[in-house]
Amino acid sequence: MTEPTLTETPQQADRATTIYEKSVPGRRAAQLPPLGGGLEETPLEQLIPANLLRETPADLPEVSEPEIVRHYNRLSRRNFDLDTGFYPLGSCTMKYNPRLNERVAALPGHAKLHPATDPADAQGALQLMYLLQESLSEITGLPTVSLQPSAGSQGELAGLLLARAYHADQGRNPTKVLTPDTAHGTNPASVTMAGYEVVKVATDEQGGVDVEDLRDKIDDDVACLMLTNPNTLGVFDENIVEIAGLVHEAGGLLYYDGANLNAIMGQARPGDMGFDIVHVNLHKSFSQPHGGGGPGAGPIAVSERVDPFIPRPQVVRLEEGEEVFYDLDYDRPKSIGRLRGFQGNFGVFVRSLAYILSLGGDGLSEASQLAVLNANYLKKRLSEGRAGKYLPVAFDRHCMHEFVLSGAPMKKELGIKTLDLAKRLLDFGFHPPTVYFPLLVDEALMIEPVETEAKEHLDAFAEAIEKILEEAEGDRSVAQNAPYTTPVRRLDEVGATRKPKIRHQNRFAQ
Amino acid sequence: MAGYTPVTDPERAEMLAAIGVDSIEDLFAQIPADIRLDHPLDLEDGMSESEVYRLMAGLADTNLDTERIPSFLGAGMYDHYVPAIVEAIVGRSEFLTPYTPYQPEVSQGGLQVMFEFQTAMSEITGLPVSNAGLYEGPSAAASAAYLAMGQTKRTGLVASRGLHPHSRETLATHAVGFGATLTEVGLEGGLTSGEELEAAVTDETAAVFLQNPNFLGAVEDIAALGEAVKAKGALLIVQVDPMTLGILRPPGECGADIAYGEGQPLGNRLDFGGPSFGFFCARDEYLRKMPGRIAGETTDVDGRRGFVLTLQTREQHIRREKATSNICTAQALNALAGMIHLAWLGKQGFVELGALMARRTDHARRMIGGLDGYELLHDAPVVREFAVRSERAVEELLPLGDEADGPAPRLPVYPLGRDYPEYEDSFLVAITENRSVDEIGWLAHMLEHAQAGWGEHIHEHDHEGNPVTETAR
Repeated sequence: MTEPTLTETPQQADRATTIYEKSVPGRRAAQLPPLGGGLEETPLEQLIPANLLRETPADLPEVSEPEIVRHYNRLSRRNFDLDTGFYPLGSCTMKYNPRLNERVAALPGHAKLHPATDPADAQGALQLMYLLQESLSEITGLPTVSLQPSAGSQGELAGLLLARAYHADQGRNPTKVLTPDTAHGTNPASVTMAGYEVVKVATDEQGGVDVEDLRDKIDDDVACLMLTNPNTLGVFDENIVEIAGLVHEAGGLLYYDGANLNAIMGQARPGDMGFDIVHVNLHKSFSQPHGGGGPGAGPIAVSERVDPFIPRPQVVRLEEGEEVFYDLDYDRPKSIGRLRGFQGNFGVFVRSLAYILSLGGDGLSEASQLAVLNANYLKKRLSEGRAGKYLPVAFDRHCMHEFVLSGAPMKKELGIKTLDLAKRLLDFGFHPPTVYFPLLVDEALMIEPVETEAKEHLDAFAEAIEKILEEAEGDRSVAQNAPYTTPVRRLDEVGATRKPKIRHQNRFAQ
Repeated sequence: MAGYTPVTDPERAEMLAAIGVDSIEDLFAQIPADIRLDHPLDLEDGMSESEVYRLMAGLADTNLDTERIPSFLGAGMYDHYVPAIVEAIVGRSEFLTPYTPYQPEVSQGGLQVMFEFQTAMSEITGLPVSNAGLYEGPSAAASAAYLAMGQTKRTGLVASRGLHPHSRETLATHAVGFGATLTEVGLEGGLTSGEELEAAVTDETAAVFLQNPNFLGAVEDIAALGEAVKAKGALLIVQVDPMTLGILRPPGECGADIAYGEGQPLGNRLDFGGPSFGFFCARDEYLRKMPGRIAGETTDVDGRRGFVLTLQTREQHIRREKATSNICTAQALNALAGMIHLAWLGKQGFVELGALMARRTDHARRMIGGLDGYELLHDAPVVREFAVRSERAVEELLPLGDEADGPAPRLPVYPLGRDYPEYEDSFLVAITENRSVDEIGWLAHMLEHAQAGWGEHIHEHDHEGNPVTETAR
């Protein structure tokens, strides 16, 4: 450890040291149970041919248990997290993660249940999944839900494979998928992986789909249109019914990216808008903690005509007289098959169902209302003062649960970029919004304040932006060189890519 | 109702006034009236925390988890002991609640964990490049196929029938989108048929998928099988059980181009199948074609060591339709659990655990294979799982007791007939450090009774109900 200097915070002075560098030969934490039963320790070569055995042990760390705990606790303090402060990351729905959900997910009956347990001995787990399917079906307005996809992106791929199976079943083989130019990057990536060609649709001056451009591009070679509504600009596409009609007339399906579902729970339903396939991010609207980049889950809800093709197995409720039995149904001959092992991210289902039960239908509806209230209030606050001058709202009208500002005037007039503003926000104790997305807004800042944030945090955030802009009017270099107080300052990302160092050099050291 | 929302009525009024609308309803006016939901959601009203707890605990209570019965279920997910420090660390808000580390200056903890994880996975697989994690095991097979097809510009995929049935089915599902064809290679004596493999691999083959140990628990000779793969210029891809790599020759030393697998055995709960993590390791030349997140080391403007997400030009948010994958989830929290477990086991413990499993499994296999009415499905070497054939139909074996007296719990072994019609008479038994020699004895005892029929007298019992016989000792 280096000595702290007058200009370094203690966190900064605590230089990064990996667990491998803390390793001391001979130290250990684990104490395993003995073989037991008076059995002799047969040499491994007598059990497995020597040429199939490992010769050199993996160079894992040799560290005592107290040192492991201290190491990871220290690392944890080098993270910013939602429980510490405001996290208005657009399209990520960083809402409070109730601790009740962690408690019920950890119950042995959930956490220690083997996925291959006979359904007769897993009735509670299957019933829980069934209840979640039913709840998501009601919220999305579509009759069938498959919980299997592991994340939004896998839900997308599942949806596109469903479109493929649906068309093939009708003897058709369209080759194109339409996505708006505002779409999240996973959309086009998923389209390619499903073997389709991406065709971009333009955005109109309201931030919605350019219906004329859609008319031009739609034909019977279109398998599907992928949309999120409200879209990535936080704007509800008022033409959605007309759009759905155009796609359906041409024989295509409508796919709803549920990333922005938090705006409309209990207010409007993708099924009622004409969508055939919806994925739901349980780690966004339904409070599964993000975990620093997973786990999540991306269940899909589908219309009746897509139902025969959903992944298998599917949880079903069987009734025989008084008896109710929940089962895993594999007998779905038109199914696209599996996307992953076993039944999906059950631990996430437990948390999300606990959340839905806690809020209830009325609470979910109110959550969306308050998310929209918070977004509009913060948008209003940021339309005043210096923010209003340097950071205009892209597509200025009432927003849904999020809105996008453009940092273009700020860059032009103050000489600081959106990136600089974001980095300076770190010094003020805020996580920055999503930056440089959506792509069609220059120097974009995408802000989603969520319903669980109190008004004073929104006010404080607006005031921090004001201060940073004021500071930049005087001395732009302050923001340009920010942050100053974080565990490390700006990092050389280009260097990291040019000469990648992606592991500690143990075994492979030259 | 718990909305977890702080806003009070006066604040609501103040905020609406600031926005310049009369009601929240006005903000939703942009949604056309004909698609506004005109009735409340047909869901129950919200419940108090204590009521939700009781309801969820009631559901959990009906499940036969591994604290209630010694479970010999495996098939890719295993009942290992997860050390207490895993829970303590992954439960910290600083790891539990952040998003993906898009702002590296305030995400050094998570990024360094990724770097340490990548190092650990490279060490155990013997392959120099690792990503920060994928969704889980079988879907990582699809990611590997996508890489192989891009690399070789070929469309043929070949999989051993010893590859996990979920992985084979996941490959088949994705093959439709990838435009790939999937061919299967059969098993002989529990092991992948070298002859069939050689015949199946052609100049059109992008990759061959093997699993070690395979689904029947048998340890394959990956290096020997790999020769036919290499000869045709296809990629050798191996799904591995990470917990066996303390003692088994790592895939990187057997010629594998890619090794991937299900990470659950490392520090993750069973959770009825997820969430867990997948790992994905490869040779150096595939670095820029890898799926998923990768953390890399760099320095900050003052020269301090730090970590960032790197090689992002592979990824969907930059490359969009030309990305190497659509995956943007690293299962970071689950990978952290895996990393802590590996650090806890350490260099020595990781080997000892492999050896402990191999020895207890050998004991269990001899004991159960010697029972009346049972024989081993194959006698290939195994580490922690083995397959047994039964004279009596497996479905009839499973109820632990006479069902005339009411429903009985199922014996926690894996019936192979679920996935292999040809092995309908067989089941898998999995062993971990959690399954003691006494519990193995209990399983043998139950199997004896199940084979004979629950009403049959087959041996004397002592006062604790344990059998007094030769076979079960």
